[in-house]
Amino acid sequence: MAKLREGARETVGAALRDGAILAVGGFGLSGIPADLIEAVRDSGAQGLTVVSNNMGVDGKGLGILIESGQVRKVVASYVGENRLFAQQYLAGELEVEFVPQGTLAERLRAGGAGIPAFYTRTGVGTVVAEGKPHEEFDGQVYVQERGIVADVALVHAHTADTEGNLVYRYTARNFNPVVATAGKVTIAEAELIVGAGELDANHIVTPGVFVQHLVQSRPRVKDIEQRTVRLRPAAVAHA
Amino acid sequence: MPWTRDEMAAIAAQELNDGDYVNLGIGIPTLVANNLPPGVRVTLQSENGLLGMGPFPYEGEEDADLINAGKQTVTVLPGGSIFDSSDSFAMIRGGHVKVAVLGAMQVSAEGDLANWQIPGKMVKGMGGAMDLVAGTPRIVVLTEHVAKDGSPKIVAECTLPLTGRRVVDRIVTDLAVFDVVTGSAGVQGVQGVQGGQGVAAAPAPTDDDGAPRLALRRLAPGVGLDEVRDKTGAPFVVVLEDEEAASPPSA
Repeated sequence: MAKLREGARETVGAALRDGAILAVGGFGLSGIPADLIEAVRDSGAQGLTVVSNNMGVDGKGLGILIESGQVRKVVASYVGENRLFAQQYLAGELEVEFVPQGTLAERLRAGGAGIPAFYTRTGVGTVVAEGKPHEEFDGQVYVQERGIVADVALVHAHTADTEGNLVYRYTARNFNPVVATAGKVTIAEAELIVGAGELDANHIVTPGVFVQHLVQSRPRVKDIEQRTVRLRPAAVAHA
Repeated sequence: MPWTRDEMAAIAAQELNDGDYVNLGIGIPTLVANNLPPGVRVTLQSENGLLGMGPFPYEGEEDADLINAGKQTVTVLPGGSIFDSSDSFAMIRGGHVKVAVLGAMQVSAEGDLANWQIPGKMVKGMGGAMDLVAGTPRIVVLTEHVAKDGSPKIVAECTLPLTGRRVVDRIVTDLAVFDVVTGSAGVQGVQGVQGGQGVAAAPAPTDDDGAPRLALRRLAPGVGLDEVRDKTGAPFVVVLEDEEAASPPSA
């Protein structure tokens, strides 16, 4: 089955329904599927539940879906500096479920791996464990967390081949591989798309079985949230 | 004189062993990387998916695809590795990352930690903090002794929402170092040393329920026990390390 699609907008639009659960890769603004997120905005789909570690910033990343009012519920570990998000949250227009980052990753991994629930120590004795089943194993108390299966998963890869195999670049990998596994339909965008056989099979991170649709991402300057640098040795010497 | 932030970081760094895998939180904990004892090389983990985190890049070499958990541009050292978020928290939850150094808003006498909701501000989320404290074998808290309004950060019971229960092992502040100890571990002879007028106001912890409790280990130079008692909202026993160990390492 050919996976390469022409446009992000058409591909996302065809997959998305009102009220869908959407899982999105990325950490902060790093490794986010920016074209696919814009395609969600353009689709006009309403009442979305968005599962993602973060929710972008004002006007960037998933922040644009907050701006367009398409999100009903957010499942995230940290929502950072997003003023519009705060407004909608405080006005009760937006439901938020905070999930510890590792639990969120594992919930997506479990969902993608056909595991409906698992136990973790994370959050025991805190608000995130309230109302959830607890179990003692080997003298230690754990809380039950549920796997997440998304209707549509959106990921960003550095390089893909036409089989949908994905390779990531540095920490832009982050949540993308687990998000890719957790979608009933997974759409990947990639900066570079090569033919079958051009990626080393030993180095593939996400096997193509998890990816249904593949689109070429548009060239863009990637955002950096905290640009931190150090002086070059020469500059230090002259300082 | 209270310890400086670098001196606090150096005290936390003293307990790191050569070869340790370590996660450093945002704020004062990041200074630990610059204050390691001679000969100690540790591998820094950043929970967004990086082991072998190096210093900030040279200007012009910053890369949007290479950041740390604070979303700062960083570098990767030779021998470093990149992995996804579930592998990252597998190494945290599984106890493979041996030490985490974190900031705090409140720490209780039993080692409960609250560091994810700032009073009076909108809740932003806990990020990876709950996973770190639940999974990492040793949790060291680096924090100012009191909050900006002067209220104690070390309290009998946390009033802020918890990040984890009974998770903190050591607290390093600008005034003192405390260990959270269980039973009689590390506090032999407690009854003999816990005297002092401050104890009446802050009842000495009981050791019959097996609950963890605080032991004062070090005082910053020139900082008195009374000052620490005044600024600490929880009872503690005094089991100072010897005078030599009590002085901060020369940076």
